[in-house]
Amino acid sequence: MRFTLNGKDTDVSAHPMTRLLDVLREECGLTGTKEGCGEGECGACTVLIDGDPVCSCLIPVAQAEGAEVLTIEGLGNDHPLQHLFMNEVGAQCGICTPGMIMTAITLGPEPTLDDVKTALAGNLCRCTGYSAIYRAIMKWRQMPDPGTQVSAAR
Amino acid sequence: MRAIVEGLDLRRAKSLDDALHILRDDPRTPMAGNTDLYVALNFGTLVPRRFLDIRALSELREISLNGDVLVIGALTTYTSLIRSDVVGSRLPMLVEAARQVGGAQIQNRGTLGGNVANASPAGDSLPVLAAADATIVLRSAAAERRVPITQFYTGYRTTVMRPDELVVAIEVPPVEGRQWFRKVGTRAAQAISKIVVAAVRTSAPRIAFGSVAPTVVRVPETERALADGAGIDEAAQILSREIKPIDDIRSTAEYRLRVAANLLRRFWEETS
Repeated sequence: MRFTLNGKDTDVSAHPMTRLLDVLREECGLTGTKEGCGEGECGACTVLIDGDPVCSCLIPVAQAEGAEVLTIEGLGNDHPLQHLFMNEVGAQCGICTPGMIMTAITLGPEPTLDDVKTALAGNLCRCTGYSAIYRAIMKWRQMPDPGTQVSAAR
Repeated sequence: MRAIVEGLDLRRAKSLDDALHILRDDPRTPMAGNTDLYVALNFGTLVPRRFLDIRALSELREISLNGDVLVIGALTTYTSLIRSDVVGSRLPMLVEAARQVGGAQIQNRGTLGGNVANASPAGDSLPVLAAADATIVLRSAAAERRVPITQFYTGYRTTVMRPDELVVAIEVPPVEGRQWFRKVGTRAAQAISKIVVAAVRTSAPRIAFGSVAPTVVRVPETERALADGAGIDEAAQILSREIKPIDDIRSTAEYRLRVAANLLRRFWEETS
């Protein structure tokens, strides 16, 4: 099965019902995507498929065929939102962080705090109490050029 | 923990006709958004071994009007429902339900037809469809038939669907009167309902509850009492006798009875 992973054409040999999460972590060696609950509640495994945030623990790799998959690794290590999560202490244990960031980068322009909370309703954090996460995202969105890679404003 | 997929068999349908012929000749469990099916896979409770991926069938993803009837393709996602102007203007309670199904990740994959066919008594869209007198359109390679949603479920997680049939669409006639939806869960997003209600305020009110019985239910005695001019206190008492919720991991029968009555009062006040 072929799909585009972080901009690169990728061919995988896993069973077609293997979870995209397992293919990313084990066959592709990209362990930035985390497994949390395994039931679509916590959002730790969030990746983007064709620009939309999804739980990779609920996606058979067959359904990624031909699609563009973006994981946290696809942002590189220098995305402004990654720096803001560090500087605003939006990460503590770090398990939720890749999923939080992948969901947050799909926000449209000039979101209100309510927009941010709604967008992140499917991403749970047990450490930070969310305030620092929301602060990081709001600051990123208020930057003159937020360096967004994808836009959900469709 | 890695999900075990060895021994599972997947076929992928190329078109609706292809899917229906596969179901006729080689019965298997349809899958699309997987927001319920893969939870069972991950927890090791998935019983079926053979699956048919129908997610690519774009002909089941359309929302349209057929005369006065709103026709929603079975593979319409919650996100598409939320973004649809025609659903927003004709059936706002369905948009409200879609907004409260999980977070964006679930709304992007879960489908209305999946919520119907999965037959959970806690399915958030089902009280909306019941209060709206929706019809489920089933198709097999041989024929198509229409079943009112109130006759679609035969018991806990069982339906009138045959193994060779697919839910292809949900038809909703025009809804007169104010629509109202409320879900009570542990959290606003990402929670399975403790109780969920959809209702329409007309001279003959229509009220449907989820998570109070083995299937979604209308409450005809309560509806009749309100239509006949009963006070809300009397109607709430009738409702308490009409529904028979149970204790489970999410809530208790006592809590559900009390909240159901409170929700009935809230519906009546907010739509008066």
